[in-house]
Amino acid sequence: MVEWTDAEKSTISAVWVKVDINEVGPLALARVLIVYPWTQRYFSSFGDVSTPAAIMGNPKVAAHGKVVCGALDKAVKNMGNILAIYKSLSETHANKLFVDPDNFRVLADVLTIVIAAKFGAAFTPEIQATWQKFMKVVVAAMGSRYF
Amino acid sequence: MVEWTDEERAAISDIFSKLDYDDIGPKSLSRCLIVYPWTQRYFGGFGNLYNAEAIMNNPLIAKHGTTVLHGLDRALKNMDDIKNTYAELSVLHSEKLHVDPDNFKLLSDCLTIVIAGKMGNAFTPEYQASFQKFLSVVVSALGRQYH
Repeated sequence: MVEWTDAEKSTISAVWVKVDINEVGPLALARVLIVYPWTQRYFSSFGDVSTPAAIMGNPKVAAHGKVVCGALDKAVKNMGNILAIYKSLSETHANKLFVDPDNFRVLADVLTIVIAAKFGAAFTPEIQATWQKFMKVVVAAMGSRYF
Repeated sequence: MVEWTDEERAAISDIFSKLDYDDIGPKSLSRCLIVYPWTQRYFGGFGNLYNAEAIMNNPLIAKHGTTVLHGLDRALKNMDDIKNTYAELSVLHSEKLHVDPDNFKLLSDCLTIVIAGKMGNAFTPEYQASFQKFLSVVVSALGRQYH
C-alpha cells in the first residue's frame, strides 16, 4: 500500500486547493490533444478538434476536462484509498472506452506542466516530487483493472 | 531525418532566446536530483547532496547545470543534424560516464517543467509541442551511440 507522510498529504492538499478545476481541467485536456495529437482519436464525436485553436475553443473538450479534473478531487480527498476509488473508472476506461493506459501518464505529465506554469517558482522541487508521486499513484490506479 | 516547420523553429528559438542559462540550467539539474534521487549517484564527487536545500545551493551542481544547458545550444544551432551533432557526447555518456540513457528523458522533463514555471502562459500548447519534440530528438541522439 502506498504510504504518505503528513507533509506529503498536506502538500497535495495545498496544491489542489489553489487549482481551479474549471480552469485547469479544460487547459490540461486541450493541451493533451494538441501536444499528443493521436489522443484526438478518443474524441472524434466532440466536433472540431482539427487545430489548436479549434481544440482550445471546443466546449465539449472543456466540459470533459472539468469532468476529468473533478475525478482527481476524489483522490486528493482520499489519498489512503486511491486504488479502490479508481477501480470502477479503471474498468470503464479499459472495457468500455478502450483507452490505452499510457494516456493516463500523458495526461498526468501535462497536468504537471499546466500546474508548473500556473504556480511558477512556487512549484518547488519538493512540491514537484510529491505531486509526481501522487500522479504516479493515480495513473497506476487508473491502469489497475487492465489485464 | 527530422523535419521542422517554420513555426517549430521559431518557437524553439524564441524559448531559448529568453532563457537565462545561469538560472535555468542549475534549477533543472538540481530539480532532477531532487525529484529523481537515484540520479545523485552520478554526482558522488560533487560534495553535499544530502537534502533538497543542499542540492539547490551546491555550486558544483549549479555549474554543471549551466554546462548541460549550453550543450543544448549545439542542437539549437544544428537542428537539421542533431543526430550527428551529439554523436561524440553520446559516446562519452555511454562509455566514459556510464549514464543510463533513461536519465536524459528525466532531465528533459525537469527542464520542461522549469521553463513552464518561468514562462507561465507564454508556454502555450504549441510551444510545448515544439519544445518537447526538440527535446525528444536530443534525447534520442544522446542515446544513439549506446551499444
